Amino acid sequence: MSRIRSARAVRLVAKREINARLRTRSFVVSTAVMLVLLLGYVALQAFLAGDRETTRVALAGQAQGIATQLENNDRHLKIVLVQSESDGLTQVRDGEVDALVSGSASRPRVIVKSTLDTQLRTVLDNIAQQQVLDAQLYSANLDPAAVHQAVSATHADVQALEPADPQAGTKLATGIVVAILLYLSIMTYGMFVAQGVVEEKSSRVVEILLATVRPAHLLLGKVIGLGLVGLAQLAILAAAGLLAGGVSGVFSISSVALGTLGWGLVWYLLGFLLYAMLYGAAGALVSRQEDTQAVVGPVNIALVIGFVAGINLLTQAPQGTATRVVSLIPLLSPILMPARIALGTVEPWEIVLSLLLTVALIAVVTWVGARVYRNGVLRVGSRVRLVDALRR
Amino acid sequence: MTLEIDRISKRFGTKTALDGVSFTAAPGELFGFVGSNGAGKTTTMRIALGVLAADSGEVRFAGQPVTHDTRAQIGYMPEERGLYPKMRVIDQLVYLAELHGLSTNDAHRAAELWIARLGLGPRRKDDIQKLSLGNQQRVQLAAALVHDPALLVLDEPFSGLDPLAVDVLSGVLREKAATGVPVVFSSHQLDLVERLCDRVGIIRDGRMVAVGTVDELTRDAGRRLVVTAPSANPGWAATVPGARVLEDRGPTTVLELSPSADDQAVLAAALATGPVTEFSHRRRTLADLFRDSVATPGAPR
Repeated sequence: MSRIRSARAVRLVAKREINARLRTRSFVVSTAVMLVLLLGYVALQAFLAGDRETTRVALAGQAQGIATQLENNDRHLKIVLVQSESDGLTQVRDGEVDALVSGSASRPRVIVKSTLDTQLRTVLDNIAQQQVLDAQLYSANLDPAAVHQAVSATHADVQALEPADPQAGTKLATGIVVAILLYLSIMTYGMFVAQGVVEEKSSRVVEILLATVRPAHLLLGKVIGLGLVGLAQLAILAAAGLLAGGVSGVFSISSVALGTLGWGLVWYLLGFLLYAMLYGAAGALVSRQEDTQAVVGPVNIALVIGFVAGINLLTQAPQGTATRVVSLIPLLSPILMPARIALGTVEPWEIVLSLLLTVALIAVVTWVGARVYRNGVLRVGSRVRLVDALRR
Repeated sequence: MTLEIDRISKRFGTKTALDGVSFTAAPGELFGFVGSNGAGKTTTMRIALGVLAADSGEVRFAGQPVTHDTRAQIGYMPEERGLYPKMRVIDQLVYLAELHGLSTNDAHRAAELWIARLGLGPRRKDDIQKLSLGNQQRVQLAAALVHDPALLVLDEPFSGLDPLAVDVLSGVLREKAATGVPVVFSSHQLDLVERLCDRVGIIRDGRMVAVGTVDELTRDAGRRLVVTAPSANPGWAATVPGARVLEDRGPTTVLELSPSADDQAVLAAALATGPVTEFSHRRRTLADLFRDSVATPGAPR
C-alpha cells in the first residue's frame, strides 16, 4: 500500500513538472533555438566539405596552349583566354582573375596580385617540367609516350597497418555535436531542477507538499519529470540532426549514427540523473531565486570543465592517454564518453568501466543529495550551510 | 478519531520551543489554539503534520501514532501561505487532491466542488499569481479541504480575511466539525475563537497554561462585578472582604470576588454610599483569560 502510494506520488510530481514545463513558452523557444543552431552547424559542415573556391587563371599568347592540360589537371580552375598580356595584367590588378600565365609552356611566367595558389603552382610546375622532360627524351631518341607509361606504372606499394578512417572527420563532428548537446541539455534541465526547488521554497508551497509527500519522492519526481522533458527535446533535436545530416550528405544514416544516438541518450539519462541530484540539493540550500546562481556555481563548473576539457582533448588527441583517463572520471564521463563512442576510438571495457563508475557515483550523489535536500528544503530564510544540511 | 498531542518537546539549538505540550481534539470538536507570537503554536502544528520532527513526545490520531500514511488524511493550512504561483487554480487543487490519495476523477470532482463553494468559479483557470490576496487565501483553504480530510489543522486561517470571508470560513469549519472531524486552528482573534470553539488551549513559552472549554476556564478564575454608584468615594469597596478592585474609573468600579466572598455584601456597601445605578456580574472573556495567563509571572524568559 505504502509502496504504491510512493510510486504514485513520484509519478504525480513528475507529471506536474512535465505539464508545467510544456506550458511555458521557453520550452518551444529553446527547442527552436537549439534546432536552428544544430541545422546551422550541419549546413556549415556541408559547406566546408563542399567545393573549394575556384581559381581563375588568365592565359595570354603562347601559354594558351596549356589550357587543356590545366583543365585536365585541376577541376577547380576556371580558364580565361585574354588578347594580350596587358589585358591580363589589368584583370589581375582588378581582381577579376587570380593569375595571369604567359610565355611558353616550358617557361611559363605567372603574374599574381600577391601570392600564387599552391595547388596552381604545382600544376604549372608539373606542366613545365613535363615539357622540358619531353624535349630531353626526344633528343635522346626515346619515345616520351612509352617513357611516361613506364613511369606512371611504377609506384610504391603501401600497406597500412592502421588504415585511416575515411569517415574520421564526420565522426569527430558528430562526437562534438553529441558533447555540445549533452552539455547544454544537462545544464539547462539541471538548472530547471534547481530553480524548481527554489521556487517551491520561495513560494512556501513545499510545506503543504511535504505534509503528504516525502522529500526524496518530491525531489525524485521533479528530476524524472524534467529529465523526460529534456529527453524529449534531445530526441527531437537528434531526429532533426540525423535527417538534416542525411539529406545534406554530411553523414549517412547508418548503424554507426544510430548507435551514437543510442549511446548519447543513455549517457544523457545517466548524466542528467547525476547532475540533477546535485542541482536539486544545491537549490534546497537557498530560499530566493536571486541566490540560486551562487549555490549552483560549483555544479556548473564541474560541467563546464568536463565540456571544455572534452572538446579540447577530442579535437587534439582523440586517442591520447589523457582523453582515455579523463573520460573515465565519473563527473566528466557523461559528456566525454558518448563523444568518444561517436568517434569510434573507445574500447568496450572502457565503456563498461565508465558506466559502472558513473552509476556508483549516482548512487552516492542520490543519497547525499536527498539528505541535503531533506534538511535544507524547509529551512527558509538565509542560505543554509552545506555542512549543516549534511549533519542532521 | 481523536487527535492527541502527547507531551511533545522541541529544541532549536539552545532555545526550547516546546516543553511537554499536550492537548486533545475530539471528533466533531473545534479546538482553538491561542498564544502570543513565538509561543509555539506553529511549531506544534508543524510537528503534528510531520513537517518537523519532535525531540520527544508523540502525536496520535485515532489512537495510532501519526505516520506518513495517516498524514494524507490531514488537511493543513501552514502559517506561511504557499501555492505554485504559475499554476492554474483548478490544476493546483486537483494536484493536491491526487497527492493526498484521491483518484483523478474524484480529485476533479472535489476541486470543482470547493471552487464553487468558495466562489472561485470565474477564477478557476487563472494562475494563482494573478489572483487577489483574498482569493489566494480562498484557494489555500480549498487546498486544505479538497481531499475531504479526517482532521483539519489550520495555522491562522482567519488572518487576512475580510468579514464576509470570515463568515464563510467559520461556516465551513462548523460544517466540517459537524461531520465528526476534529478541527484545530490557531488565531489571534480571541472573540472569534470564543464564539466558534468548543475548547481552547492557551500556550505560553512552549508550555500549555490552560486547556478546556471557555466556560470551564473562566469559571474558576473568580467572579467579576460591575458596580456603578455615582456618589461613592474612591475606595468604597476596599472594606468588603474577598473583593479586589480591578478598575476604579469614575462612578463605575470593577471588582473581582474570591470564591467565598458574598456579592450581597458588596451591594450593601455600595448602597451605603448612595444610589446604585448598575450592579451586574460580568462574565470573563477569553481575552481577559488570555491576558491574565500571559501576564502571570512564570518561568523567567
